[in-house]
Amino acid sequence: MTAREILKRVRDRFSDKVLKVFEKSPRRVYVDFDPKDVPEVVRFLFRELGGRLATATGIDTRNNIEILYHFSFDNSGTIVSLRTLVDRGSPEIESITPIIKGAEWIEREIHELLGVNFVNHPNLKRLLLFENWPEGKYPLRRE
Amino acid sequence: MAKTVIPIGPYHPLQEEPEFFKLLVEGEKVVDLEIEIGYNHRGIEKIAESKSYDQVVFLVERVCGICSTSHPIACVNALEDLGDINVPERALYIRSIVGELERLHSHLLWLGLAGHFIGYNTVWMWAWKYREPILDIFEKITGNRQHYAMMKVGGVRRDIEADDIPAIGKMVDGLLPVLDMFRGAVMDDPVIHARLKGIGVLTKEDIFEYGALGPTARASGVAIDVRKDDPYGAYPLVDWQVITQAEGDVFAKAVVRILEMYESIRIIKGCLDRLKVVGGEIAAKVKEIPPGEGIGRHEAPRGEVFHYVRSDGSNRPVRYKIRAPSYMNVPTNQKSVVGGTISDATITLAAVDPCYCCTERVAVVDTKTGNKRLTGQYLIRLSQEKTFKIKRNLVV
Repeated sequence: MTAREILKRVRDRFSDKVLKVFEKSPRRVYVDFDPKDVPEVVRFLFRELGGRLATATGIDTRNNIEILYHFSFDNSGTIVSLRTLVDRGSPEIESITPIIKGAEWIEREIHELLGVNFVNHPNLKRLLLFENWPEGKYPLRRE
Repeated sequence: MAKTVIPIGPYHPLQEEPEFFKLLVEGEKVVDLEIEIGYNHRGIEKIAESKSYDQVVFLVERVCGICSTSHPIACVNALEDLGDINVPERALYIRSIVGELERLHSHLLWLGLAGHFIGYNTVWMWAWKYREPILDIFEKITGNRQHYAMMKVGGVRRDIEADDIPAIGKMVDGLLPVLDMFRGAVMDDPVIHARLKGIGVLTKEDIFEYGALGPTARASGVAIDVRKDDPYGAYPLVDWQVITQAEGDVFAKAVVRILEMYESIRIIKGCLDRLKVVGGEIAAKVKEIPPGEGIGRHEAPRGEVFHYVRSDGSNRPVRYKIRAPSYMNVPTNQKSVVGGTISDATITLAAVDPCYCCTERVAVVDTKTGNKRLTGQYLIRLSQEKTFKIKRNLVV
């Protein structure tokens, strides 16, 4: 499925919920959604369109915490990055690990490095940081 | 029956990726597995934010010592995606030659370790012996046996001289009979069949759920390979094919890696032929990286390496995200190891090729008495003894 076809399927399904679409190049596209719509869109990309979760990226933009879920569609070499902005004051979003097992580690990593709370994550403990690392200090935050 | 906890890892002077596997066993059977990582977290993503783009290429080469050129390739792909930079054709061939030489030495390294774990120490010593000429070639064309520093945004840093082409060709030609020997040793050996078939099985569904990559995925019949799927470098310009196996067990993973080495040699020879006729620059002139975001990938020996970079137009990234393949492959052990026996745990954990030297640090602790301690050598011996037993039975 090419980027165009994927975008069409996403638009058909979530027409009013798509906030923004950015086609960087023929095989790299970015689609913005509200955090509350993320689980539904992830389920659609993963279960119905067969996208493989490559990884997720968390970024502190100083205004928000931005999370990008990168889905790879290997039959066309396309990467669809699902972008969402969560509130920087109390960053919280529904976990996608119940939908995709392979998201467990990356959500734990974003949780400890950026302080995002992934609601309903089955095992939201530290992944990389030392156990004595102080609570509430997030290495990738820009303070 | 009393449950016993077997902690494997996390430290060993040889390993580059310390990991901690806590096996919960009942008698011989593994009933649960906990994985802990983070022992070697160096904050490279954070460091990247304070480096210029030229330096970042060198920095990411330090992510891994075995697949050291994989991260720079993904990095330059990401930055070239960001800046819409075109790379001269000659540089593409050089990139792919370095990438495939790396796959060859990495797969041979794995084959040796896998042989050691199941008691085939001759395979171990031979595989590592035949890996040496590859490292010698690296030294000849890049100046280093590891950490080649060949990649730069827009091309490569060093040309492969016409004088060096015959030496590379001769080396890979010399490797072919060696691969034939290993292929025979693995695929025709009844002991290895009995030892590796049907253990550590991952289904297609497991691969999809965990997002597993590389030979781990391809051995379960999932034909994903960034080199074909999202073509870059010289991969679309030369002739080769993606290797898959259907079974998903440890045997299939070994077969995939062995057959892939033949394809690597095909790619290298194809690129060498093209280098003889394609001249020109080896790097495009890149003035600056514009604001924006880019994603670059490379099929490393263990699977897809994924890099995401965001730029604000300055000379250093605002955010640099790296995802190595073992990050996705290691959690699959929760499927492949659990339900098997302890004597299969070593080779199953090693089957995803997680740079797994941790086994020598294994200690077995009885949770009830707390004083029974067994060493890592014990687990390897257990695995080797199982092979010898199969051997004896087959001979009789």
